[in-house]
Amino acid sequence: MTLNIFYFLSFLAVLSALMVVLSKNPVYSVLYLIITFFCIAGHYVLLDAQFLAVVHVIVYAGAIMVLFLYVIMLLNLNRESEPHKSTFLKIAATICAGLLMILLVGSLKGTEVIAAKDTTTQGIGYVKSLGQTMFTEFLLPFEITSLLLLAAMVGAVMIGKPRHKGEKVEPLD
Amino acid sequence: MTTPLSIPIDYYIWLAAALFSIGVLGVLYRRNAIIIFMCIELMLNAVNLLMVAFSTYLNDGAGQVFVFFIMAVAAAEVAVGLAILILMYRNTKSTDINILNRLKW
Repeated sequence: MTLNIFYFLSFLAVLSALMVVLSKNPVYSVLYLIITFFCIAGHYVLLDAQFLAVVHVIVYAGAIMVLFLYVIMLLNLNRESEPHKSTFLKIAATICAGLLMILLVGSLKGTEVIAAKDTTTQGIGYVKSLGQTMFTEFLLPFEITSLLLLAAMVGAVMIGKPRHKGEKVEPLD
Repeated sequence: MTTPLSIPIDYYIWLAAALFSIGVLGVLYRRNAIIIFMCIELMLNAVNLLMVAFSTYLNDGAGQVFVFFIMAVAAAEVAVGLAILILMYRNTKSTDINILNRLKW
């Protein structure tokens, strides 16, 4: 049963990830990427990391993809008139990605021996144990993450701010 | 909850490698900068998935905490990246990365 759910979620995730790359319209790409993210959240539930699954759906499907969709609609890119690379470059890209996948799988071969099945304690994915780890062992990185988010917020506001009249931007080409 | 350990870890390695490679394929294949950003998100998620899988199999909560941090970094990256993208669109009226080949020099 668990294996069947795994196969279904994996198939859907890989298929919609391919559709992200192959679909012409950027809006469709965003929607397919949301499907992929939901499948990954399903994998998290299968892996007994329920809290992470909820956070994943909220952060990715709820915040990041809405931001992408908003930018695409703001820039009015929802039409199928975008430039494409030549066929030779596409074939080269496909071959490179396939070789990379073989390389990754080959180099990760043998890790299943390291991942010895230790089922003494259950429920590391629950809020209680996760918070315990985060606020004892990883307290300093947690605080630094807040600084990172603050810096990103300031940076985004500074970049997006309209410029003054005086400094004229030279248009590229 | 049935134990997830009935699924071999190899399957997760294959799945994460496939998702990561599809992300790389998208970066190499497309010229639209927004699609390239989305493919980078896809790669981050492939790594996250593998990290959660190993965290569960090794029974170590640290891996799942790292996934939190990766999510925070991804959120920051998207906010700044999309702001840069809008700025680029304002200057060039396009999101084609080939217009920015001047950045090579």
